[in-house]
Amino acid sequence: MAKKLGKQTYVMDTPPTIAGFAAIGSKKEGEGPLGQYFDVINFDSTFSQKTWEKAESKLAHDTVELAVKKAGLSYQDIDCIFAGDLLNQCIGSTFGVRELGIPYLGIYGACSTMAEGLMLAAFLADGGGMQNIIASTASHFCTAERQYRFPLEYGGQRTPTSQWTVTGSGAAVVTAGGGAGPFIRAATVGTIEDKGIKDAANMGAAMAPAAAATIQQFFADTGTRPEDYDLILTGDLGQVGSDLLYELLLREDVDIKSRHTDCGLLIYDPDKQDVHAGASGCGCCASVLCSYILPSVVAGRLKKLLFIATGALLSPTSTQQGESIPSVAHLVYITSEPGQGV
Amino acid sequence: MSLTNQEYEELSKRYSKNSKAMMNIPKAFIIGGLICALGQGLIALYTALGVPEDLAPGACSMTLVLLSALLTGLGVYDNIAKHAGAGTLVPITGFANAMVSPALEFKSEGLILGVGAKMFAIAGPVIVYGLSASVLYGLVMVLLGL
Amino acid sequence: MDMILPYVWAFLVGGAICAVGQVLIDFTKLTPARILVSFVVLGVLLGALGIYQPLIDFAGAGASVPLTGFGALLAKGVRDAVAENGNIGILTGGLIASAGGVTAAIVCALSVALVFRPKDKA
Repeated sequence: MAKKLGKQTYVMDTPPTIAGFAAIGSKKEGEGPLGQYFDVINFDSTFSQKTWEKAESKLAHDTVELAVKKAGLSYQDIDCIFAGDLLNQCIGSTFGVRELGIPYLGIYGACSTMAEGLMLAAFLADGGGMQNIIASTASHFCTAERQYRFPLEYGGQRTPTSQWTVTGSGAAVVTAGGGAGPFIRAATVGTIEDKGIKDAANMGAAMAPAAAATIQQFFADTGTRPEDYDLILTGDLGQVGSDLLYELLLREDVDIKSRHTDCGLLIYDPDKQDVHAGASGCGCCASVLCSYILPSVVAGRLKKLLFIATGALLSPTSTQQGESIPSVAHLVYITSEPGQGV
Repeated sequence: MSLTNQEYEELSKRYSKNSKAMMNIPKAFIIGGLICALGQGLIALYTALGVPEDLAPGACSMTLVLLSALLTGLGVYDNIAKHAGAGTLVPITGFANAMVSPALEFKSEGLILGVGAKMFAIAGPVIVYGLSASVLYGLVMVLLGL
Repeated sequence: MDMILPYVWAFLVGGAICAVGQVLIDFTKLTPARILVSFVVLGVLLGALGIYQPLIDFAGAGASVPLTGFGALLAKGVRDAVAENGNIGILTGGLIASAGGVTAAIVCALSVALVFRPKDKA
């Protein structure tokens, strides 16, 4: 059973292992710098489906299927799946996994969903009586556009701070005790932060305070410093959000710049691909983690990783009603070596 | 974090790049101007074909609406609009694009509540407030006996 | 030269009206939908005040193609209908004048929706 450390951090007793993981992307992701690391790149972003929502569900389904297979397991071995996405009532996930017969727990954390799923899976694997748990999420550019912004063929101009929703998905199978790693050693549950940003085309600025709060809390709870980790990986802050994160943490005397990168800056090439401030979407950090990052942890190139996924908790309704954008960030500490404590 | 919302807004403005107005405005001017010059050509064409002079501008608008709808369907209009901004928004072609794009997009929600209703999601307000303003004008005109 | 001049004025005046729209996009928080509504209502106002018709006479499509021209058309429709049919024209004039454009947009939207599919932007 995980033990509480400080205010918001929980340290695993027997760190669960990530036994299998998979990432699927589409055309733009395949053309990006990380394209070669994805398990599957499907250049047809309809995924042979009739609607964009069905395409997203298919994406979610195929990624879960692949992750289970890569873990060497079958659906009967899975005790539970934590899944969520950006669509209303999370139909991307529920419709995607409805035929698998896996006990389902839906979660919503916007783009923080992957970290939320991973930490919940780790808690349940470490003393919750469950053996194999999946954390999965997906996003699709076209479903996000039509729900949050404009029709695809609408002639609008994107602002320089806007971010491009990833058409991609990541899924990880978390297994109790032992295994070869990567290991989930600890997790910090984030608080909802809102510094009054109202511009839905500037998610990075809205989410940076949440990331800063959670990162700062983790260091305070554990008594560690940024230099103790190989990589501090945030979810989808993009360029604007990353710059603001450095600034906010520097004001608290925490300098992460030399250790930090952001999934939203890795997945696309900002010079060649027209993505403005970077990438976003649940599938952004999930697919980057499960394609490019976790294999490096398995290979031991990355030994200590802090994975912080940030989510902007807005809806089209709240935006139209002029509300500001609350955000949350959850942190998962992943290592290549087994061990206890932080 | 001790930052107030106001301080954070100023901080975030510092890191958020502004739109490239010095590029956008000339592009909007040129592309918007070209669409209007094309309209002028259509008016001349219809007049030459014998359309009465007072009906030619209407025929020109309808032709531009048709062209815009076609380019929207072919997936081209938004690619031009990405550069043109207001240059493709403000002409009647932008109004047509605002009607056609949601109709197309929400076809997956059916012909009635998808296409039929969502068609007006963006452009509907233009009709609502344009007509209401014209009725207001009519009322003022009649009441003042102009 | 007389052949080309109308096109030059249409280009310059139409371009200028669009440039005003771009200034609003880049320097204010107005959304595109709000800008469209503002232009139409402004067109009604300018049409009502009798300022817009001279601009159309001068710049042709440069003034009639932007949405301000649509607004001015609504105002003109109401004025003509009231003159012709009396007070009922307050309600009928706007739609009668704009019937062609609005119907064309509706029919085009329906037709395009039936024929085409939206495309991914990747």
